[in-house]
Amino acid sequence: MQATAPRTLVSARALTTPRGRVIYWSVLVAVIVLFTAVFVFPLYWMATGALKSSGELARTPPTIFPRHPHPGVYREAWQRLSLGRYLLNTLVYAAGAWLLQLAVCVPAAYALSKLRPVLGRAILGMMLATLMIPPTVLLIPLYLTVRDVPLLHVNLLNTPFAIWFPAAANAFSVFLLKRFFDSIPRELLEAAAIDGASSWRILRSVVLPISRPILAVVSIFAVVSVWKDFVWPLLVLPDSDRMTVSVAISSLSNQTPENILIAALVIASVPAIAVFLLFQRHIMAGLTAGGLKG
Amino acid sequence: MTTTALRKAASRRSPSRPAGPRRTAARYGVRRGLSAYGFLCGALICFALFSWYPIVREALLGFQRTNFVGRSEWVGLDNFHRVGADPAFGKAWLNTLEFTGLALLCGYVLPFVTALVLNELRHARAYLRFVVYLPVMLPPAVAVLLFKWFYDPGPGLFNQLLHLAHLPGLNWLDSTSTALLSLVIVSTWMNMGSGTLIYLAALQSVEGELYEAAELDGAGLLRRVWHVTIPQTRLILLVMLLLQVIATMQVFIEPYLLTGGGPQDATVSVVYLMYQYAFNFNSYGGGSALGLMLMLVLMVFSAAYLRLTRDDGR
Repeated sequence: MQATAPRTLVSARALTTPRGRVIYWSVLVAVIVLFTAVFVFPLYWMATGALKSSGELARTPPTIFPRHPHPGVYREAWQRLSLGRYLLNTLVYAAGAWLLQLAVCVPAAYALSKLRPVLGRAILGMMLATLMIPPTVLLIPLYLTVRDVPLLHVNLLNTPFAIWFPAAANAFSVFLLKRFFDSIPRELLEAAAIDGASSWRILRSVVLPISRPILAVVSIFAVVSVWKDFVWPLLVLPDSDRMTVSVAISSLSNQTPENILIAALVIASVPAIAVFLLFQRHIMAGLTAGGLKG
Repeated sequence: MTTTALRKAASRRSPSRPAGPRRTAARYGVRRGLSAYGFLCGALICFALFSWYPIVREALLGFQRTNFVGRSEWVGLDNFHRVGADPAFGKAWLNTLEFTGLALLCGYVLPFVTALVLNELRHARAYLRFVVYLPVMLPPAVAVLLFKWFYDPGPGLFNQLLHLAHLPGLNWLDSTSTALLSLVIVSTWMNMGSGTLIYLAALQSVEGELYEAAELDGAGLLRRVWHVTIPQTRLILLVMLLLQVIATMQVFIEPYLLTGGGPQDATVSVVYLMYQYAFNFNSYGGGSALGLMLMLVLMVFSAAYLRLTRDDGR
């Protein structure tokens, strides 16, 4: 037990006694086993379930390891459910939502933080107020809005814009970005202004480069929330060519053989797990980015 | 669910700074104001069309009858009367409350206890954190469909495990007594990771000396949790409680994908009923009336939450 570790509920001293050690190690092993069983085993069961034949899947007692692995099930799921197309759709929706959200929220947050226009505070207040409305309550009016956008009278159903525009109106991103921009010293921007840089130039060459950490957090939130969303794409992308991977799999789940469905679930979770492995630190930092930490 | 919840938590911590130097603003004058609105216009358009307008429209829709083409007429409280007379209405509220209660029982206590234990462990920390958060990353539809397979009364994983332990299998989703509980289990499994990591972060800010002092005074393990850990993390515990109530009362995807509200309406939730009214019965008014009622209830929690985070030192 490292001496540098801060004091927690149980003192380091208590852990050095023989009894303390026995308890510590047994708790540790129990926790590792329990966590693996609860959180990893279901995923293992899913990945191997897809390798089993329908007959083997229905067996009691079940086989822990697939008797005769059928990797072909994955290929069949990929082709039969057109998963490639749905994954690509989801990627397009997520990437577009991410780009549009940055393009809309970064300048807005910059204006609210540094340019401080007339009514700026009122606008920020109105944006933050939207966070108080439970999002599911807005499903119906937002759906009607997307179906017939006021003033423009266009129908965005079955177009990526139905995902992108509502995602861009994200008050939480504006808030996070504004709070970060607030912490950038005014002098830094004024120095650039005296050198003759325009507001746009300051945003691009001074503010954005030092805002990388918050841009990462906002980006991850944007991508992950579109990737995980279910109800909204279910409503606004009903066309079977336009569905996201979650919606497509769930809508086909009743007419698909079990092992193929499970293989599809595995394929749909691979990108999420890969993103998590790649950006684990950013994602976990983002969790506490709201300032809940202490 | 918890990420949106967190967002809300975060938004309340807004450090309200004093307005910038007046003189600088005056010097740049109108031109700067114009350029500021240039930067803001994208956001203003997006918020106006896809956030502010829908909020206002929701308030109106509840009192209107809107037909399929989108034309509306005022009908007063008709929608509320009609929805209230639906036999599923009472069930939906009871189910939602029961779901929320059960979800709190599991999903609120469990992450805190887990975080307490994880905070004491000096080994395998990265692995345990990774693993507990893994289900949160999965698309909820995938997690829910995975559990649907586990709940299969025949060869499903859960009944197989019960058989291994020589226990009788359950009907999980097909029985009125276990259906709601089954939804709570999935929901807890796929959401508890974020709560756990948030508590874990909060626990790290508890001063070690407090534990030291409590121990010197002869406080045992549980008393230290009760008298040191919980008071020290009180604010976060309360905030998470409110956020979790707000999030779980909006439960939809679990009943939608697992049970379709059945058996015998045992898992119809308010949002599920709202969805049905709007998109299966073509009654946007009825759905919006339900939505407004839900919003009214959740506003109580939002207001409590606002007060709580406002009073907190910024």
